[in-house]
Amino acid sequence: MTTPAVTTPAASKQTGALKRFATWDVVVLVALVLVIVIGSAAVEGVGSPQFWRFVTLEVVPIAIIALPMTLVVITGEIDLSVASVLGLTCAVMGDLWAHGVTSLPLLIVLCLLLGAVLGAINGLFITVFGLPSLAVTIGTLALYRGLAYVVLGDKAVADYPVTWTDNAIAPIPGLTIPWVIIVVAVLAVVFGLVLHATPIGRGLYAMGNNAEAARFAGVAVARTKFWLFVSTGMMASLAGVFWTFRFASARADNGDGLELAVVAAVLLGGVSIFGGRGGLIGVLGAVVLLSTLRNALQLANVQANTLTIVTGSLLIASVVGPNVVGMARERLRRRRTA
Amino acid sequence: MRAKVFAVAVAALLAFSTAACAEDSDTPSANTSGGASAGGSIKSGLKVAFLPKQVNNPYFDTSDNKGGKVAVEEFKGSYSETGPSEASPSAQVSYINTLSQQGTKVIAVSANDKDAICGALNEARKAGAKVVTYDSDTKVECRDLFINQATSEGIAKNQIKLISDAIGPDGGEIAILSATANATNQNAWIELMKTELAKPEYSKLKLVDTVYGDDKDEKSFQEAQGLLAKHPNLKGIISPTTVGVAAAARYLSGSTYKGKVQLTGLGTPNQMKAFVKDGTVKAFALWNPADLGYLAAYAGAALASGLITGKEGDTFTAGKLGKFTVGKDATVLLGDPFTFKADNVDQFNF
Repeated sequence: MTTPAVTTPAASKQTGALKRFATWDVVVLVALVLVIVIGSAAVEGVGSPQFWRFVTLEVVPIAIIALPMTLVVITGEIDLSVASVLGLTCAVMGDLWAHGVTSLPLLIVLCLLLGAVLGAINGLFITVFGLPSLAVTIGTLALYRGLAYVVLGDKAVADYPVTWTDNAIAPIPGLTIPWVIIVVAVLAVVFGLVLHATPIGRGLYAMGNNAEAARFAGVAVARTKFWLFVSTGMMASLAGVFWTFRFASARADNGDGLELAVVAAVLLGGVSIFGGRGGLIGVLGAVVLLSTLRNALQLANVQANTLTIVTGSLLIASVVGPNVVGMARERLRRRRTA
Repeated sequence: MRAKVFAVAVAALLAFSTAACAEDSDTPSANTSGGASAGGSIKSGLKVAFLPKQVNNPYFDTSDNKGGKVAVEEFKGSYSETGPSEASPSAQVSYINTLSQQGTKVIAVSANDKDAICGALNEARKAGAKVVTYDSDTKVECRDLFINQATSEGIAKNQIKLISDAIGPDGGEIAILSATANATNQNAWIELMKTELAKPEYSKLKLVDTVYGDDKDEKSFQEAQGLLAKHPNLKGIISPTTVGVAAAARYLSGSTYKGKVQLTGLGTPNQMKAFVKDGTVKAFALWNPADLGYLAAYAGAALASGLITGKEGDTFTAGKLGKFTVGKDATVLLGDPFTFKADNVDQFNF
């Protein structure tokens, strides 16, 4: 029933608690394969080189932010300010460009620094003052977006050199897939290694399961969480740089609502909203699954309202699904032991 | 193992059910059987797609489904309307990409951002689509034609004519309730209204004040109130903004000035219906969105059929609306603003 090709190497060497979640990774990846196979057969255009180009362009910013978000949610926290960090980065970059900062590397460095600072502000409130991340980042969601409007107002800065905007979406030579996917892949490997192959990663699961116990076990809970929020800020601003060049337009409302797409992918990817469970393979699978499904349905002329319903149902399924799988497994085990 | 089988079955079911409904909705668009060429020499079977700023918006429902669709049916094309549920440029880009993959021949789009959707539109044009913008334009180099709903001159002329007709031959003092003090289009219209008032036929109308409601309902309401307190001889108010005209109408209809002080402006039928019926407002204007969509469809079809290229001076026929000429910057003008009165306001829903 299961295709051997989709069982991942990472699944084999997980500990007991994680093994259960390898099953959800498989569900996500099988669903992705099914969407591609059925979509290609039923809808004209799905699976074409151009289809993958457009899906990739859509996936890049969501995936970049989903990487650190996965780690944050595993620790039991959440960062809802990411789309506003993206928007503020776009606004500041647009403003810097309009005021004569024309060096691309300098712009990127300044933007990443800005993202780090914005993330650090979140981190400070959460770790030093011990406030819940949900409340803090809902606050900064509004605050950072508001600042973006202070910087740019309702103007758009759009006069970037064509070479910059073209390069941002240029394909890998010989393919239609944009080269930026390589950047995403490298980042995914880095975050994947940290999460699944280092003591830091094990510490993240530990604090997600029980922060108190983790602290007693010697995990630097506050410090780790602080740096996690810095990393979501930086990744969100990196996504903002890409966003600006992809759409050739810096506006204060760039990426409005994107945080929901990111959180949806993280949850659908099998990360528990209560922390302690989940992995990057499921999340990346879910990011691609959501975009592929949406694009395929759009190609099949499914209206926007229906699409929202489909996405919503998938989210519910993602929260209920792992629990159902877990319960079924539990019942099976009990029956076996009885 | 059983759990795994169960999970896969759930996923399969999920994916299959979505794919199944996808197949259902795909069939109508695949039907491109053309008939005899009805609209002159426009090719039959053209795939025409309307991409509004957002769906679920009555204004675009009127322009697309009551205008564009009618035109596309007249020239035996296949019509579709698609678009995001929120008015964001990035969501619109995703839909443009979909349309270019579907081999759409004509894309009529109302841009959420004049720059951000440019790249996607140009990719669609490379894939063979003709792009017509309506209601809201992109940069000139990203589309083949822009259907302009009304010119500033047309709006200024219309507004002065409406207030003059409403007040009657004796004339009197008038005032303008505008949006924000630095709104480019508002200020252009106000300047042109002054030019218009300088003409001899309007010599009895005297513009005494211009106030700004900032396109906020409450502020506009208070400004309207203030105008009447400050100018006891005021005979008429022009409010060329949908927020302002509705707020002023609400104030007048509940005051003793109702019917004595005339009001006109740019408003939407749904907002203004009640005030036209209770006699507060005799007539107001806006363009007819249905005609705008209708013209956009014909313009796109003329481009896609090779009848025009979009250069200045090109002419084409748009069904019941007649003949149009392409102007500067590849722009086609719909015409004078459309006047809504008691006898026609009920036919519109936006």
